[in-house]
Amino acid sequence: MKNIWLYILVSAGVSYIIRATPLVLIRREIKNRTLRSFLYYVPYTTLAVMTFPAIMEATQSPIAGLLALLAGVFLAWRGASLFKVAMACCLVVLAAELFLVPGGGIG
Amino acid sequence: METNRQCFRRGIRDGMPIALGYFAVAFTLGIAAKNAGFSALQAMVESLTNNASAGEYAVFSLAAAGAGYWEVAVMTLVANARYLLMSCSLSQKLPPETSLAHRMLVAFDVTDEIFGISIAYPGRLNPWYTYGAMAVSIPGWGLGTFLGVAVGNVLPLRLMSALSVGLYGMFLAIIVPPWKKDKVVLGLVLLSFAASFALANWPLLAGISPGIKTILLTVVLSLGAAVLFPVQDEERGEGQA
Repeated sequence: MKNIWLYILVSAGVSYIIRATPLVLIRREIKNRTLRSFLYYVPYTTLAVMTFPAIMEATQSPIAGLLALLAGVFLAWRGASLFKVAMACCLVVLAAELFLVPGGGIG
Repeated sequence: METNRQCFRRGIRDGMPIALGYFAVAFTLGIAAKNAGFSALQAMVESLTNNASAGEYAVFSLAAAGAGYWEVAVMTLVANARYLLMSCSLSQKLPPETSLAHRMLVAFDVTDEIFGISIAYPGRLNPWYTYGAMAVSIPGWGLGTFLGVAVGNVLPLRLMSALSVGLYGMFLAIIVPPWKKDKVVLGLVLLSFAASFALANWPLLAGISPGIKTILLTVVLSLGAAVLFPVQDEERGEGQA
């Protein structure tokens, strides 16, 4: 049996080094235009890749996840705040699954 | 110009939905931790020091299998490698004169969500905004893990299911608004959706972890966009607002 506290120490150390290295080492503005553009696009690409199709796998019913995605895109497009978009997605899933997932009414 | 205190408060406000979502996700992580033999305290410490869902899940599964420490180190590196890219982006979002202490503190909680809202901050990032979000989201994350181990399945499945999309809703609130001004971002996001969907359903790649797929797609698509549509000088920084 391995020591669980050592697992924690190892994973914590690696996680921190990954995050801290770029922030500590890259102190200046990057001048290279392609690299700048790359870093500008990274957030949108990575968040989009993580959102879909994962949003359909997070819910009990994939359709509920898809409806949440559509509602979220619509509200974000209309300029709703971060909090409102997030809450609306949750409510859409809650409402949709009342119909889509029968018998799951554990309260 | 906002004061640090105002930034901190706004960070708390924007961090609230993150904290709620984290609580639900961490709760399910806690159940995995329990199965791996972690106590509630150990699981909470793991969460408070790692701040990573996929990475922690990998650690719990490896621990359950009695894996070596090197394996845990490598797996943590792979599962969290996307944070390296995010930290590179964040390094350009902070004012260049930001002190070492601030850089090291911001680095502690570079997660998908905290990164997302930090990048969406108008203009240069004030670290206090990120600290505000951390101040509510980290306790949510730690407490969720603790309770997941301690009390298992008490949250109704319906509620867990609904809470789990909150995080994705936040991502949408970050990636959609720029579509109006920047059609390249619109095209890039739609292409990312399609590519991610294709990769997730391609049987040949079934053995590759979602973390690796995320990195591959992020690098390939962002690089493609950077080469084909380099951003103009005036777009940098403020263009991400």
